[in-house]
Amino acid sequence: MTMIFGVPMAVFMGQLTLGLVNGAFYALLSLGLAVIFGLLKIVNFAHGAQYMLGAFAALLGFRYLGINYWLALILVPLVIGGLGMLVERFLLRRIAHLDHLYGLLLTFGLALIFEGTLVNFFGVSGARYATPEILQGGLNLGFMFLPTYRAWVLVAALTMCLFTWFMIERTRLGAYLRAGTENSQLMQAFGVNVPLLITLTYGFGVGLAAFAGVLAAPLYPVSPTMGSSLLIVVFAVVVIGGMGSILGAILTGLGMGIIEGLTKVYYPEAANTVIFLVMILVLMLRPAGLFGKEA
Amino acid sequence: MTLMKKTLAASIAVAAASSMAMSTAQAEISDGEVRIGYLADMSGTYRDLAGPGGLSALEMAIEDFGGSVNGSPIVVFSADDRNSADVGANTVREWIDQRNVDMVAGLVASSVTIAVTKVLEENNGLGLVSGSAASSVTNEHCTPNHIHWVYDTYPLANGTAKAVVEQGGDTWFLLTADYAFGHALEADVTSVVEANGGQIVGGVRHPFPTNDFSSYILQAQGSGAKIVGLANAGADTVNAITTASQFGLTQSGQQLAGLLIFLNDVHALGLEATQNLLLTTGWYWDMDDQAREWSERYFEEVGRMPTMVQAGIYSSTMHYLKAVEAAGTDDPETVRAQMAEEPINDFFARNGRIREDGRMVHDMYLAQVKTPEESTGEWDLYEILSTIPAEEAYRPLSESQCKLVQN
Amino acid sequence: MTESHTLKAPSVVAKRQRRANQRRTLFYIALIVVGLVAPFLAYPVFLMKILCFALFACAFNLLLGYAGLLSFGHAAFLATGGYVTGYLLASYPGLTPELGIIAGTLVATLLGVLFGVLSIRRQGIYFAMVTLALAQLMFFVFIQAPFTGGEDGLHGVPRGNLFGFISLSNNLTMYYFVFAVFLFGYALIQRTVHSPFGQVLKAIRENEPRAISLGYNVDAYKLVAFVISAALAGLAGSTKTVVFQLASLTDAHWHMSGEVILMTLLGGVGTLLGPIMGAGLVVSLQHILSQSPLGNWVSVMLGLIFVVCVLSFRSGIVGELGNMYRKNFK
Repeated sequence: MTMIFGVPMAVFMGQLTLGLVNGAFYALLSLGLAVIFGLLKIVNFAHGAQYMLGAFAALLGFRYLGINYWLALILVPLVIGGLGMLVERFLLRRIAHLDHLYGLLLTFGLALIFEGTLVNFFGVSGARYATPEILQGGLNLGFMFLPTYRAWVLVAALTMCLFTWFMIERTRLGAYLRAGTENSQLMQAFGVNVPLLITLTYGFGVGLAAFAGVLAAPLYPVSPTMGSSLLIVVFAVVVIGGMGSILGAILTGLGMGIIEGLTKVYYPEAANTVIFLVMILVLMLRPAGLFGKEA
Repeated sequence: MTLMKKTLAASIAVAAASSMAMSTAQAEISDGEVRIGYLADMSGTYRDLAGPGGLSALEMAIEDFGGSVNGSPIVVFSADDRNSADVGANTVREWIDQRNVDMVAGLVASSVTIAVTKVLEENNGLGLVSGSAASSVTNEHCTPNHIHWVYDTYPLANGTAKAVVEQGGDTWFLLTADYAFGHALEADVTSVVEANGGQIVGGVRHPFPTNDFSSYILQAQGSGAKIVGLANAGADTVNAITTASQFGLTQSGQQLAGLLIFLNDVHALGLEATQNLLLTTGWYWDMDDQAREWSERYFEEVGRMPTMVQAGIYSSTMHYLKAVEAAGTDDPETVRAQMAEEPINDFFARNGRIREDGRMVHDMYLAQVKTPEESTGEWDLYEILSTIPAEEAYRPLSESQCKLVQN
Repeated sequence: MTESHTLKAPSVVAKRQRRANQRRTLFYIALIVVGLVAPFLAYPVFLMKILCFALFACAFNLLLGYAGLLSFGHAAFLATGGYVTGYLLASYPGLTPELGIIAGTLVATLLGVLFGVLSIRRQGIYFAMVTLALAQLMFFVFIQAPFTGGEDGLHGVPRGNLFGFISLSNNLTMYYFVFAVFLFGYALIQRTVHSPFGQVLKAIRENEPRAISLGYNVDAYKLVAFVISAALAGLAGSTKTVVFQLASLTDAHWHMSGEVILMTLLGGVGTLLGPIMGAGLVVSLQHILSQSPLGNWVSVMLGLIFVVCVLSFRSGIVGELGNMYRKNFK
């Protein structure tokens, strides 16, 4: 067997593939954060909780309303995104004129509320969400057995990332959005309804988190704490990529997934920590992150 | 002025009287009440294992005992330790300082237990540990102030690993939770596997807790070992088992060996994912008539079948109350000695006795999870394969590092 | 020459200064009296917990309230102090508690220097994120390092004899020692804030470019504030370990960094009494709720407090009371 750095080739390739799958998750989540930060300048600490709400909505929707996976994939982001818009309209807007740190603290409080409430009703053990019929089973890639569902996650997450990137960088709506980031007063003067744009953006970012939540539901146990452990990792990804940079978030997400995957082979104990190490190193060398613009 | 003097004098008289009452009661039941504190994870990972169901078991024991000991009522306090050693130790310290709690029951996460037993030792309290797994609780962390009731990592490794190796599973890959309990289990399993002619071909220590086991399962698949041993607990074990089934681990000819699996885990995972899994347990609700009879009563009360930990909480509390009654006092040292004198044979423990290191040794059982076809009901989950006699199951005193054991 | 002209103004200023000083002295006396009497009215161990967290929050407040830096990694200093002190006292029985506490504080201070050097040039959200990342690295160290006991924590730390002859096993004695430590830390913060150094810090917080153009080495000032804050957080952690005789990962988790922000915010950022009140309220709330049927709602309550504070209560309890006082009585 061919060996790479003391590990069989097949295992190495397998880990790369799995790293890519996890990376697609990170990309999707950090993309939402980056979009929100880009326009609202809010560090959305509730992002993990919103991801968790997405998974729960899928689970409960199936249990009580019989909504299947495919429908949930469309409906849940809309519902949770709508909830996000309410949060923006009635809470975040009231502190928009203040230091951005207040936004961080407010969303941190919201995350505690969402999580704590669900813990009381569902405990933390986690429930299972069945993998949809067609995506069961697996693919033999030669070097590994890849469950079909994980392959689907990779495809779906990347498609969503590309779609978002295209919308922001290549469409008129996206142009408004970017312009709003640069100078919202001027945009307002041109007759663009900036407050509405902001509400929609926040809702969209939250919707992305909820979409990731639905994707995650069949993979991991659905529990109220599933978001909080992921949250700070995703933050690190956004910071490394450069806060507010769309492309940065996507590429860094994928990259970090791979780095984490390889750490799991060579020094598994540090798998949860390696991203923070990377983050510190990057910020020492490039204070605005890999893809961020120097302020 | 005079009024104040009078009330002062009166209160001094009352204080004197009450302190006299205290000193006479000292030889009997302190404060005229037997006070029990129930400390467990009521909301976190181990909620279903002990949690509110364990409190119900404790209350059942008190009710069955008649609610009082020699005329002194039994009072229960309960608190959630949130799996934090900090919270647990502080709660127990306050119970002892402020409420004169005589005995602490429950005690699940090993870290909480070790912290709490240190507090108990310092303040001369008594703890009956039912939930913890680490064998260190009665080894290097033993105190004269606690008893470990239900099981520990030593018989888990000894029972399951030995049986698996004997069935031909002689090459192992270990998935270990990277903290003290996981390391202890890993060490115990390694020595048992090697002693029986098996071999550990690889392993990985994963952070605690871990959400995504795919990478580790892939490494296990790459190792070529016949058996993938899970030296972790709770959500980690459940996660690992589900991921293994997603990656077709068992289809490719490997087998899982869960080293610490509880009834509630199997119930949550379902028989499809866990069938044929070998495991060691201290007790099973359906193992004989006595156990069944008690469990059915419990089921009526709680709506779930009891885990071995919940049954152990009932059993240990009952034994404690009997000892208080026999000794005529709730003084921890006397009660501890009294408890050790009586052998334990109830619906829970067979051939049970309390050793000087605080370990309650009793028969353990090797069980196998039933297949969906074999199971006749929601809770019909295990088949008991064999009994591991009490004296063989636990770490022999000759290997003990406990300071209470003369070696 | 201009003496006669300016004579009046200084006298008014001096008078106001004197009044402020008087008020402050009165406040200190009240604080000390309350502290001395408290253990006879409430459970001393509970009070000690409040004092330790109050010191922690005050240390944090020095950084956020006076230097304008939001650290999301202060748990690292609390835990470092705790672990070092706990390890030393548990492994060297001859060591007296005050030496153990000093050692723990020193190590936390050194860590503060390291963190400070790495993070101080970043601002706002980046600063918060870098401190968070550094604290996560420390969390990893605490899990992996053999001396911390990992997930099980460090147990059985002896309280020992203060200066070798005053036994701290009695809760009341222990309490007065903790109170003394708290007063020391608090006095140090007061001294820092009211010194010229503190004035420069405030100037930096208000307008950093201006402070730079005035020739102040802004980074050096921030670094010193960061290190003092880290040292006092370490002191709080060390003391806490001696009181509770254990050190655990709870203190190192990023939730702890969030909790200290909550305490400070609730009591009032940038006020001297605020963090104490905030710590007292949060600790009491956790304490009362954990033993009641509402126990599971602790984190929801904390979340609600966060949201309410940020939305309509940004100066915290002490700040809002101060505003009310100024509005109605002046």
